[in-house]
Amino acid sequence: MAPERVFIKGNEAIAQGALDAGCRCFFGYPITPQNDIPEFLSKALPEAGGEFVQAESEVAAANMLLGAAATGVRCMTSSSSPGMSLKQEAISYMAGSELPAVVVNMNRGGPGLGDIGPAQGDYYQSTRGGGHGDYRLLVLAPATCQEAYDLVIEAFALAFRYRNPVLILGDAILGQMKEPIARRESVTYDDASGGWHLDGNAGRDKRLIKSLFLDEGALAGQNRHLMAKYAAMRAETRWEAFQTEDAELVVCAYGSIGRIAKSTVRKLRARGLKVGLLRPITLYPFPDAPLLALAGQGKRFLTIEHNCGQMVDDVRLAIRTKADSDFFGVMPGELPNPDDLEGPILKSLEG
Amino acid sequence: MQAAEKLVFKTPDVIIDRPTHYCPGCQHGTAHRIVGEVIDELGLADKTIAVASIGCSVFLYNYLNVDAVEAPHGRAPAVATGVKRARPDRTVFTYQGDGDLASIGMAEIMHAANRGERITVIFVNNTVYGMTGGQMAPTTMIGQATTTCPGGRCAEREGLPIKMAEIIGMLGGVVFCERVAVNSVKNIARAKKAVRKAFECQEQGLGFSFVEFLATCPTNWKMSPVDANKRIADELIPYFPLGTIVDRTGGGEDK
Ligand SMILES: Cc1ncc(C[n+]2csc(CCOP(=O)(O)OP(=O)(O)O)c2C)c(N)n1
Ligand code: SF4
Ligand SMILES: [Mg+2]
Repeated sequence: MAPERVFIKGNEAIAQGALDAGCRCFFGYPITPQNDIPEFLSKALPEAGGEFVQAESEVAAANMLLGAAATGVRCMTSSSSPGMSLKQEAISYMAGSELPAVVVNMNRGGPGLGDIGPAQGDYYQSTRGGGHGDYRLLVLAPATCQEAYDLVIEAFALAFRYRNPVLILGDAILGQMKEPIARRESVTYDDASGGWHLDGNAGRDKRLIKSLFLDEGALAGQNRHLMAKYAAMRAETRWEAFQTEDAELVVCAYGSIGRIAKSTVRKLRARGLKVGLLRPITLYPFPDAPLLALAGQGKRFLTIEHNCGQMVDDVRLAIRTKADSDFFGVMPGELPNPDDLEGPILKSLEG
Repeated sequence: MQAAEKLVFKTPDVIIDRPTHYCPGCQHGTAHRIVGEVIDELGLADKTIAVASIGCSVFLYNYLNVDAVEAPHGRAPAVATGVKRARPDRTVFTYQGDGDLASIGMAEIMHAANRGERITVIFVNNTVYGMTGGQMAPTTMIGQATTTCPGGRCAEREGLPIKMAEIIGMLGGVVFCERVAVNSVKNIARAKKAVRKAFECQEQGLGFSFVEFLATCPTNWKMSPVDANKRIADELIPYFPLGTIVDRTGGGEDK
């Protein structure tokens, strides 16, 4: 059977991906520009036999997610920047208690209330854990509606593989853009398969899900265990390399900006200029190895972000033994335009 | 040979027999025991998921032989909402202190109650933040000295102690709400009856149930266990009256 093709917004693609991945519970709170996700799921999820709760706050929504995740079901929450700040408490507890779930942030302009337009100012928050303590989320940054759909499905699999929250980081461009996507066959997920979830201790010893470790050495042990897990997650590193082989300058950009930068690169290639693009798809783990390999070939780098310079730190860390990276930032509060990127790319290309 | 011992006191299977970490005279232990006995008597032990909160009772799970998850401070009703929505056929309860429930967790408890989540909330009001060293709580009595109101709580400055059971009783999703104490044999029996009713309410899928325990914290009250118990009757019960606030288990109106 040919996959069903639907023409939907990025936000809806995320919601549809969650449904097709077997998501059973969704907890949300209204905030622009992600409202299509809870609106879509408030109808579709109950129809599919799942639960939708509009929580009293993002704090509550994230803690409901924690509770549902503890029972082993596939569950998700979504929000945008100010709401993400409120979710960090529960996300830290979930990372500490090793609970799998998918969290979506459709990044808007900040700091504070900022605006409702697209931005990438939450890169640090997303890739450094976001809440208190030493922990990491697996962070996936789609650039198209199809990729958003596919990565949400992937995100559930990864969350359960590593028993860790997985973050989908998009923005208002991705959320509002309408594109055709090919749907996959729905997943039926056996939520009892992990052997760690809570459902009452009939026929087995009781189970406990917690992040408090007071016994001598216990917390250090848990932190070592988490670090080993994050190291294992490196196997999931993903990126798109576009015309990097013979490029003199490699542009590094993610998400919607990665997509816009790609069209600028394409345009400059048509004029015979040797530019390429490396678009990280996982922001954590970060694709340091391919970047370092490109640096080893003597290429130069320009990082472009829709913020005041955050991912550029990771690019510089990746290539620090061989090269450095220029930076160009589109200000949060301004809309990125492919033509705006041309000047900075040409400048870096000239060196 | 000694005569065979006559067993007059049996610990229910769901209660784990281990030395307590609670201070002498602390009534968290009594409240745990009542909850354990009810879970045992109703035959719910192997289908119960406890949601522990942050406070002296954070180790609830060390005393009850049931599955458990630890919620962030104040968020137990939201965590329990997630658990119950995901596993509607399981018995889900939270166990929360007064700092946890009536201060930082006010939004979560109000909305879980108002939505009528099919969960049971055990609320232990000892008028202080016990675990962090006896600071003022929203429930601290007027004139009561704590480490953060050393001159005694003052109504003009800090407001009046919050009466949670009355507030919860006003919300639409609440089917059963009662305030109890465990300062006498008679009150312990009543408390157990209330907890039993609260769990039965959940088992029948009727809605949200809430039991507020007035409890001692001899350590932070700086009292002997006997004096602390006396304070419950002399000071707390007159302000926080005992009894059923809402009972819609019969399907009718209040009480
Ligand atoms: C977000 C957050 N803030 C503060 C604390 C510190 N803290 C731990 S327990 C507690 C209060 C406990 O008081 P209560 O809920 O009345 O329980 P009790 O110990 O009296 O039974 C506080 C403030 C915390 N753990 N998390
Ligand atoms: S500090 Fe108070 S509440 Fe905590 S265990 Fe001691 S007596 Fe009980
Ligand atoms: Mg207290």
